[in-house]
Amino acid sequence: MTLSKKEIDSLLRLVGLTRESELNCEQCLALVSEFAERQLAGKSVSESLQHVEHHLSICEECREEYEALRRTLEAVEEQDG
Amino acid sequence: MSRDNDRWLTDLREDGEAREAALSELRTALLRNLRQALSRYSVDDAFLEDAVQDTLLRILDRLGQFQGRSRFLTWATSIAIRVALGELRRGRWKDVSLEGVLATAGFVPDQIVDRESPPQAQAERRALLHTLQQLIEHELTERQKTALLAELKGMPQDEIARHLGSNRNALYKLTHDARKRLKRGLETAGYAAEDVVATLPR
Repeated sequence: MTLSKKEIDSLLRLVGLTRESELNCEQCLALVSEFAERQLAGKSVSESLQHVEHHLSICEECREEYEALRRTLEAVEEQDG
Repeated sequence: MSRDNDRWLTDLREDGEAREAALSELRTALLRNLRQALSRYSVDDAFLEDAVQDTLLRILDRLGQFQGRSRFLTWATSIAIRVALGELRRGRWKDVSLEGVLATAGFVPDQIVDRESPPQAQAERRALLHTLQQLIEHELTERQKTALLAELKGMPQDEIARHLGSNRNALYKLTHDARKRLKRGLETAGYAAEDVVATLPR
């Protein structure tokens, strides 16, 4: 078995999106709560938070965690009215 | 929840009743949030309780890192989610060997080309994939190749890092450096990054 077409496309996409400077997962974690709150409130994001957005486009695990956080914030907001 | 960020920090840093009350409130809130966050996953209460306990220890250890740029509870929840999903990923992959994953991580450019596409598109795609294959083979270190390909096969970063005797941050740097090398190599060969991305299915 080998890499599938989907996996190769994923690699090409990751390489294409690569920047010289990127946040690592720990740096992303430190900022993702602010990013999620601003996204939920429909507010614009600062330059440092744009780096979070980029990291989320590259890192599948951080993206999975962000989506879970966002779903949670939405549900809590709904419950708290 | 009536505590503001300063109240959380002050109480959690104190000894005695105020700290116990803050910890109890935080535990309850994190349990509620984590249950919501993981509603799409198959987890039981014992798993959630353990994850919250691990999270509380991490939070107490990192209070100085909280910058106050979000609500304290949002920050704490982001840590709880990382802890819990990390544990779930570890559980799913604990019996999978890195060697087993890498054995499936090669590729044959000719087999990936879409034979339904026009001949010129097939030829261009084949050339791009040959270049990518050469770059992976000759421009990456063995460690970079291992990390990048295992990640591509879906192995969690913590697991790859554990196999390599590393950690998630160091692994990210390793794969980031690998991606930069591949990007430079593709550009040198005449493939602009944005053009490559533009040809991929969304």
